[in-house]
Amino acid sequence: MVEAIESPSQATYWFIQGRVLFWIINLLGSACFAYIVAKRTVPLIRGQRDIRFDRPFIRLGRLLQYWFGQWRHPRYLTAGVLHILFFAGFIVLVIHTVALLALGTSAHATATGGLYGAISDYAATVVFFCMMVAIVRRILKPARYAVPARYGKAHTADAIFLLALIAVLMAADSLFEASRAAGHEPLAVMSLPWMLQGALAAAPLAVLANLCLGAYLVHELTFFFLLCYRPFGIQFHVETSLFTVFFAKLDRGTVKPVRWGVPDEQLDQVKSFGVKTFEDFTWKHMLDFYSCADCGRCSDQCPANAVGRPLSPRFLTIKARDYCFQHFPVWGKANNGHPLIGGIYSEDEIWSCTTCGACEAECPLLVEYIDKIVDLRRGMVDDGKVPQSLQKPLKALESRGNPFGKMEKKRADWLKAKDFQATCDVKILNGGHNTDTLYFVDSITSYDDRIQAIGRATAQILNRSGEDFGILGAAEKDSGHDVRRFGEETLFMALREHNTEAIKASGVQRIVTSDPHAYNALKHDYKDVPPVEHISELIARKVHAGDIKLKEVEDVNNVYAYHDPCYLGRHNGVYDAPRQVLDAIPGLKRVEMRRSRDRSFCCGGGGLALFYEPKEDQRMGVKRVQMAAEAGANVIVTACPFCMVNMEDAIKVTGMEGKMTAIDLTELVEKQMR
Amino acid sequence: MEILVCARRVPDTSENEIEMNGAGDDIERDDLVYSVNEPDNYAVEEALEIVERTGGTVTVVTVGGDDDEEILRREMAMGAKNGVLLSDDDFNGADGRGIATILAAFVKRGHYDLILTGVQAEDGAAQVGGMLAAMLDYPFASLVNAIEVQHGKLKISREIEGGSKEINEIDLPCVLSIQTGINEPRYVGMRGIRQVASIPIPTFGAADLGVDGDAGPAAAKVKRMDYFTPPLGKGAEMLEGSTEAIVDSLIGLLKAKGGLN
Repeated sequence: MVEAIESPSQATYWFIQGRVLFWIINLLGSACFAYIVAKRTVPLIRGQRDIRFDRPFIRLGRLLQYWFGQWRHPRYLTAGVLHILFFAGFIVLVIHTVALLALGTSAHATATGGLYGAISDYAATVVFFCMMVAIVRRILKPARYAVPARYGKAHTADAIFLLALIAVLMAADSLFEASRAAGHEPLAVMSLPWMLQGALAAAPLAVLANLCLGAYLVHELTFFFLLCYRPFGIQFHVETSLFTVFFAKLDRGTVKPVRWGVPDEQLDQVKSFGVKTFEDFTWKHMLDFYSCADCGRCSDQCPANAVGRPLSPRFLTIKARDYCFQHFPVWGKANNGHPLIGGIYSEDEIWSCTTCGACEAECPLLVEYIDKIVDLRRGMVDDGKVPQSLQKPLKALESRGNPFGKMEKKRADWLKAKDFQATCDVKILNGGHNTDTLYFVDSITSYDDRIQAIGRATAQILNRSGEDFGILGAAEKDSGHDVRRFGEETLFMALREHNTEAIKASGVQRIVTSDPHAYNALKHDYKDVPPVEHISELIARKVHAGDIKLKEVEDVNNVYAYHDPCYLGRHNGVYDAPRQVLDAIPGLKRVEMRRSRDRSFCCGGGGLALFYEPKEDQRMGVKRVQMAAEAGANVIVTACPFCMVNMEDAIKVTGMEGKMTAIDLTELVEKQMR
Repeated sequence: MEILVCARRVPDTSENEIEMNGAGDDIERDDLVYSVNEPDNYAVEEALEIVERTGGTVTVVTVGGDDDEEILRREMAMGAKNGVLLSDDDFNGADGRGIATILAAFVKRGHYDLILTGVQAEDGAAQVGGMLAAMLDYPFASLVNAIEVQHGKLKISREIEGGSKEINEIDLPCVLSIQTGINEPRYVGMRGIRQVASIPIPTFGAADLGVDGDAGPAAAKVKRMDYFTPPLGKGAEMLEGSTEAIVDSLIGLLKAKGGLN
């Protein structure tokens, strides 16, 4: 006859005392987990160096914001709120769970109670019901969960299994609480334990006692099974995300060095560049692979994926993780690896990325993609695996300093347009001047017939707003921004060295550019050059100060949509300056596209991306132009020469000539200047 | 297989604006950028791919001056084991036959199973390969766009006008002139070139090769008399009308000129 419900530590399970049994389970479970984690650490130790221990307080702040604060989750509202709920539940349940595990090992341990007990009861309830919803969502899945055949099989069953295990954990926990309370102790109203308590109200004490012990054992076994099973799949992020977020990249717009800790001048001694085998990834990048939760948000935002290019950032990670688990198995030794390109990745896949950064802006766990892509490209460049379409512009950049193979002496020929020369005198700085500002023009604005107009508009704005400025002319070479991002580090360094010397020799105090790619390069890739500003920032400043006055728009029927260039917006956070300028034009009607600001949709890519011939179903620019039309706009304003090329091409391809036009911010401002 | 590829440095037509010089006897050579002759680059890539499959080494040779070393280094960075410069003041002004004579003399110094040239130099006359084969008494095939190595022989494909292909069997050693498009040449970056920058490049002169007087301008049997840019033709014909009409007339024109069957 049972008179009271025993503590699990005092109970007897199949002739074994509970205390002994749970000590064994706890020790075995913990040892097993420790072994698996040790095995998972092996590749990280073999990986490349990565300096991630700097600026610890900033990292801590980001940990609070992105990990503890779940900052990016609400961007996908349903999934995000669901995640915030059960994440909060898990955080609440940490102490409760530790106390619960202790309960089985010692008669002196006490379960949590009081207010905290009530809160954890609710937490378990929330987690339980969230798991139910999450399971349903894995069955009736949103489109972004689908796995195209070329990327392998979906991990749906595994995902559901893991979610169900958490639900079992919560149910066992609640059943334990409910049966232990045994009808006399009040439980938190409307919580899962409370509901179960109600359901068990009529049960005899003996049944309750058995249920209580049984639920405890199930909880214990499920807990340790989950702990040891998670490092094999998508739930490993429960353990690793804390570290991934803490060690996340801090400097946006930059590209990782070829080898962390190797100065540029010693790079010639590095035997192999970039990532060729798995061990060439840095430990942080491997940690990223572990931490991916397979939520699909990166690929949902990826423009390359959207237009059917053979690239999906999600599977870049998942394929690497699957490979890593097979290459470094938990049981047994690491087996022989194979090159990643031609193995898990194709060359086209890696060249398909425009480095727009949409994936990185979306990932709730701050997983990095651009640095990995650039590293993989460095490896391909080192092995000579460069598409023919890119070899010509690279060769031309090497011999002529621009991708078009045009003569250096013609770099300033855009100044020679008849109407322009008469109204705007542009100095070519060769050291003899005492000029404040350098307008860094870069290759496409210098040489492309259409884009030269952006250069002239920029010069007019600088001139008419009283700026003392000049250009480098033939002494300027390509900024090399996309040379670096396409993996040709050595060529980039040569271009950077040349330009840095030319800029220093010019004696200017600051730099302005109308090309966001040059802007990003000068700001983040170059060292020891004067501060750089994008023309949109300068215009906004001058409009605000009253140095630039803008007149009313002529055609009041036009509706304008501003397209955020990736390297101005996402990579540098300049979203407001161009919008402020547009809004300062009297009578201008402006709408926002569905995807704007940090969710802007790449035009197709700049720099060498203009030369690359991708395999795709349609152009990114076409999609973008359609988005502008959907927003009700008939004028796309952009602030990047490459966006202009891609938008104008897309307008032609879609047959929207006459219905849609593209204009650069500088061209519009010049037209509207009083 | 020991493979020798004959390469040449030429002004890169995609990166220069070619103009006549004042005297009208040559192009303006100031401010030109040079690169390896494109078909020669395909020949080197083909040699490297053959060696990757069957073993052996690739040697690249050029006739020229110190400036021409740059293309040898580029091809060495690509993977060629050796680069050789054949240079002598007496070689300046050699005609195609002269170049072939110099190359033949070099070939006789070594043991090469296969000799490749580009189908033609961008500033040349597509004559050296054939003459070199004749001087060596080797079999020759031109316009080769596929090579398969067999025992002591090659199975090769040749491009025939109109897009057809002809498959031939050819005995080794032989000389082949390689057509562009036979492969996709690998990329050579600045880093690769730097890595081979300090490898010494052997240089042979007329005396070393025993071709004194046989190859210089005095021996040239073809002499350039003039050099000019032809006057511009009528220019392009602009098709006008609706898209359908433009397409119809374009198809009509292409058929009339033999571009479409």
